[in-house]
Amino acid sequence: MTSLLIKNGFVFDPLNGVKGEKMDIAIENGKIVEKINEREAKIIDASGMIVMPGGVDIHSHIAGAKVNSGRLLRPEDHFKDVEPKTPITRSGVGYSIPSTFTTGYRYARMGYTTVMDPAMPPLKARHTHEEFNDTPIIDKAAYPLLGDCWFVLEYLKKNRIEECAAYVAWMLKATKGYAIKIVNPGGLEAWGFGRNVRNIDDPVPNFGITPREIIRGLCKVNKLLNLPHTIHVHTNNLGKPGNYINTLETMRCVEDLVENGKPAIHITHCQFSAFAGDDWRTFDSGAEAIAKYVNAHSHVTLDMGQIIFTETTTMTADGPFQFILYELSGNKWVNSDVETETSAGIVPFQYKRKSFVHAMQWSIAMELALLIQDPWKIFLTTDHPNAGPFTHYPRVISWLISRKAREKILERINRKAQRKSLVPTIDREYSLYEIAVITRAGQAKALGLKNKGHLGVGADADIAIYNLNPETLDLAQKPKTVRKAFERAAYTIKDGNITVKNGEVVSTPSGRTFWVNVEAPQAEIEISKKLQQKFGEYYTVKYENYPVPEHYLAIPASINVKAEVQ
Amino acid sequence: MRVVSNVTCPVCGSLCDDIELIVENNHVTKVRNACAVGEAKFLAFADPKHRRVKPLIRKNGELVEASLDEAIRRTAKILAEASYPLLYGWSCTSTEAIRVGLELAEEVGGVADNTSTVCHGPSILSIQNVGFSSCTLGQIRHRADLVIYWGCNPWSAHPRHLERYTTFTEGRFQKSIWIRYLTKLRALIGKKKAQRAAELASPRKEVISKPERTFGLPPTLTAKQRKMIVVDVRKTRSAEIADYFLQVKPNMDYELLQALRMLVFDRELDLDEVAGIPIELLEEVTDVMVGCRFGILFFGLGLTMSSAKVRNIDAGISLVRDLNKKTKFTIMPMRGHFNVTGANVAFTWQTGYPYAVDFSQGFPQYNPGETSAVDILARGDSDAALIVASDPVAHFPKRAVKNLVENPLIVIDPQVTPTSLMADIVIPSAFVGIEAEGTAYRMDRVPLPLKKVVEPPATCLPDEVILQRILKEVRKLKGGKAA
Repeated sequence: MTSLLIKNGFVFDPLNGVKGEKMDIAIENGKIVEKINEREAKIIDASGMIVMPGGVDIHSHIAGAKVNSGRLLRPEDHFKDVEPKTPITRSGVGYSIPSTFTTGYRYARMGYTTVMDPAMPPLKARHTHEEFNDTPIIDKAAYPLLGDCWFVLEYLKKNRIEECAAYVAWMLKATKGYAIKIVNPGGLEAWGFGRNVRNIDDPVPNFGITPREIIRGLCKVNKLLNLPHTIHVHTNNLGKPGNYINTLETMRCVEDLVENGKPAIHITHCQFSAFAGDDWRTFDSGAEAIAKYVNAHSHVTLDMGQIIFTETTTMTADGPFQFILYELSGNKWVNSDVETETSAGIVPFQYKRKSFVHAMQWSIAMELALLIQDPWKIFLTTDHPNAGPFTHYPRVISWLISRKAREKILERINRKAQRKSLVPTIDREYSLYEIAVITRAGQAKALGLKNKGHLGVGADADIAIYNLNPETLDLAQKPKTVRKAFERAAYTIKDGNITVKNGEVVSTPSGRTFWVNVEAPQAEIEISKKLQQKFGEYYTVKYENYPVPEHYLAIPASINVKAEVQ
Repeated sequence: MRVVSNVTCPVCGSLCDDIELIVENNHVTKVRNACAVGEAKFLAFADPKHRRVKPLIRKNGELVEASLDEAIRRTAKILAEASYPLLYGWSCTSTEAIRVGLELAEEVGGVADNTSTVCHGPSILSIQNVGFSSCTLGQIRHRADLVIYWGCNPWSAHPRHLERYTTFTEGRFQKSIWIRYLTKLRALIGKKKAQRAAELASPRKEVISKPERTFGLPPTLTAKQRKMIVVDVRKTRSAEIADYFLQVKPNMDYELLQALRMLVFDRELDLDEVAGIPIELLEEVTDVMVGCRFGILFFGLGLTMSSAKVRNIDAGISLVRDLNKKTKFTIMPMRGHFNVTGANVAFTWQTGYPYAVDFSQGFPQYNPGETSAVDILARGDSDAALIVASDPVAHFPKRAVKNLVENPLIVIDPQVTPTSLMADIVIPSAFVGIEAEGTAYRMDRVPLPLKKVVEPPATCLPDEVILQRILKEVRKLKGGKAA
């Protein structure tokens, strides 16, 4: 492996407190090291450029069953956005649901090096991993959907937390998953018969457990298993006016389980869960109340779910919500329920500036990012592709760092939304340091990925160099320049390999797939026995054929944790 | 002797994974749990009458044995030099092999297509128009109290479908109707015997078989129990066990589906019958559909390949979608080959499109009718073909087959087929799911592992490996030219 020396760049490494100092970064054998022999190293001259850890995306639908159904559903999404084959890259298509090779290349071009798929149906985990294997360059992981699994609902109803924990540990291993994903807890099981749950205390039909009990139970499980990330929650009532109250309840419901003020819950794509008002006419932003709560508490992290005014594709595991979206829009609708476990829905959708509700949604996400003081609590996402394709992240960055850029957007949105939005009243402009937190350092920290999101010695050499000079450029006045710099990284380095140069892919190594291996051998044996007995009753596949063997993952990277349950 | 359990059967889209095999001396000697079709494959796949073992190359009009190396070299040369090669088939091999096949198609700037193109292609086109409300098969087992089979005959084509996934299974919320079926079957057999006796007694009496009308559910049937409806142009074995059999007039499924849609929305139909079925029966069936707790509509080539084709599926998917306003309803195509679903899945994740993918411009293009195999062959546009895990000579229209065999034709297949008999190069491969492992996708898109149970002959490599070698050889040839 070559050694690499990045010289003279303005380094932003929030996890190690580096805020734009000129520093050299030394790399050897894929890791960041203290120093190397300059004469033997390849030199990258980063003068006049900023150097950050490679981007980390905590929530982006890039691979697996429903993502692929979305691709199939929308040939019209691909026709105008093609990627021709080159001697080093495979061909593919975009726009809102790119094909797998294109996904890897496009993330790398923006300087991103780690992406997490947040919703893997456990029964179809094999499919997610097959697609991961065809997603080049970036490191990946997936979160299995566990909030509506029959075994989870039954154990938690009987308050058998330790057995539930053993089951979750087994599931993480069987699906090669990374974290506990909860979507509209209880609602997906209800959707099995076309129903939903109305709020956090509405019992799930046929199971008698409430969403509150599911969230709390899995939060306890998460702690018992010492998982690197917290529970990752898509709230009940997503997309419904007035739902911010449910979101506050969701964040509150685990307050008593918090230890040492550490994060205990992650509310994802919070914009969709921060609606106020009683209906679409009286629709309003609930961001202020959510921001107030988050500012006063340390146990919650959020990601934005920022709206982009474009045509995109919504896809979530929230079957009932997606059906409502179909009824609202009249667009083609795909639904995909998974036995014993979860559901999924897909609806193409266009966000329009002139729509009052869409413009307010744009504002809600911005308000969340601008009103929450601590950038370590809120991360930049568009819930790709739900609120917009990930290729628009640089645009979102430009809005955050420049009030001027926000004003330009506000000028053209729906008038009523202009008047109601809090964004015009907020002066705050994100610094590059804060951008580094919300696009890489904060996400890596929340995920518990010790070797990502920072440039300290021992970190994986995943580095992005952007052509921006903070000394000579007033970023807030030049949002377009900022956007363009983040759209085409000057260099993207992955494990010490230069994969992108001047926004073009120059090499395509395979990335790793992370998964969490909970070491609890006794519990594993016991739970396996119980599962084997029930499996035939619950599933139409055999117990032996369910787990995904490690050899499915092209480059597996297990993260071993010791559980409190033995 | 060893017992191999939990084997996934590599025959149809049901992808039953509970097969148990007894293996002795590298042969499968006994099969448990499989249907007749699956059992036949496991027991007879290696029969030398149907199975190729050595690579063949056509020299002076005759297929003669050759080395694998030579076969691969010639294959690579043909594909690399062709202007518009067709790489077709893919439905009876693993996704691992399909991935390499797509890479090869892209490398040679050809067209990759799979058997959906002559099967459920219209279903896919329709999904792209309308959407698709579906689920995995376990949802049916646990929840469905109404099962509709339209234009398909699972009794013959997917023999274990009813007992594994639908009407005869036991689910968390639904019981099996096995007992009811037995009672009905006994009654039916008794009736047939009586009819036969009557025929024999008076042989000159004409026996006209009229389409039977099954009106009304048996009075003993409660609302909650599973019910089955079959819609077909003739009374199949599946129809015999149904609670309602709608004998639709051939090529009138579209009218029937649209009529049902209107009835679901309480519109009045000012007709006596639609597609040969009396209105009263349709109204009753609509009530059953709207009144059920969870319904599923399975459909097959009776809809995709009768006259309205894609429009039939448009109507079917729309009917199911409309029913979701009143109750829970889902729809699922009965996929034929064991990994045609996997072919669609792998094609889509790599290229964005599920079949008929044209790489000739350097990026994936999709326009069924233009870029689909039958049309390309019928127009005579392709100048070479690689057929993997499929048999187009047996199934394609004559004009397409003519162009297929008049150009260089390479076949990768373990079996002797009409296509392999017409080939210029034949590369025998290992049977996926018996002699080679891999991944396949069930008709409900659940991925399952395929096992390797016996060793293949030394000359029969897995499709995946053969394709990788061809790809490597093609790159060598092209690399030389590019420099």
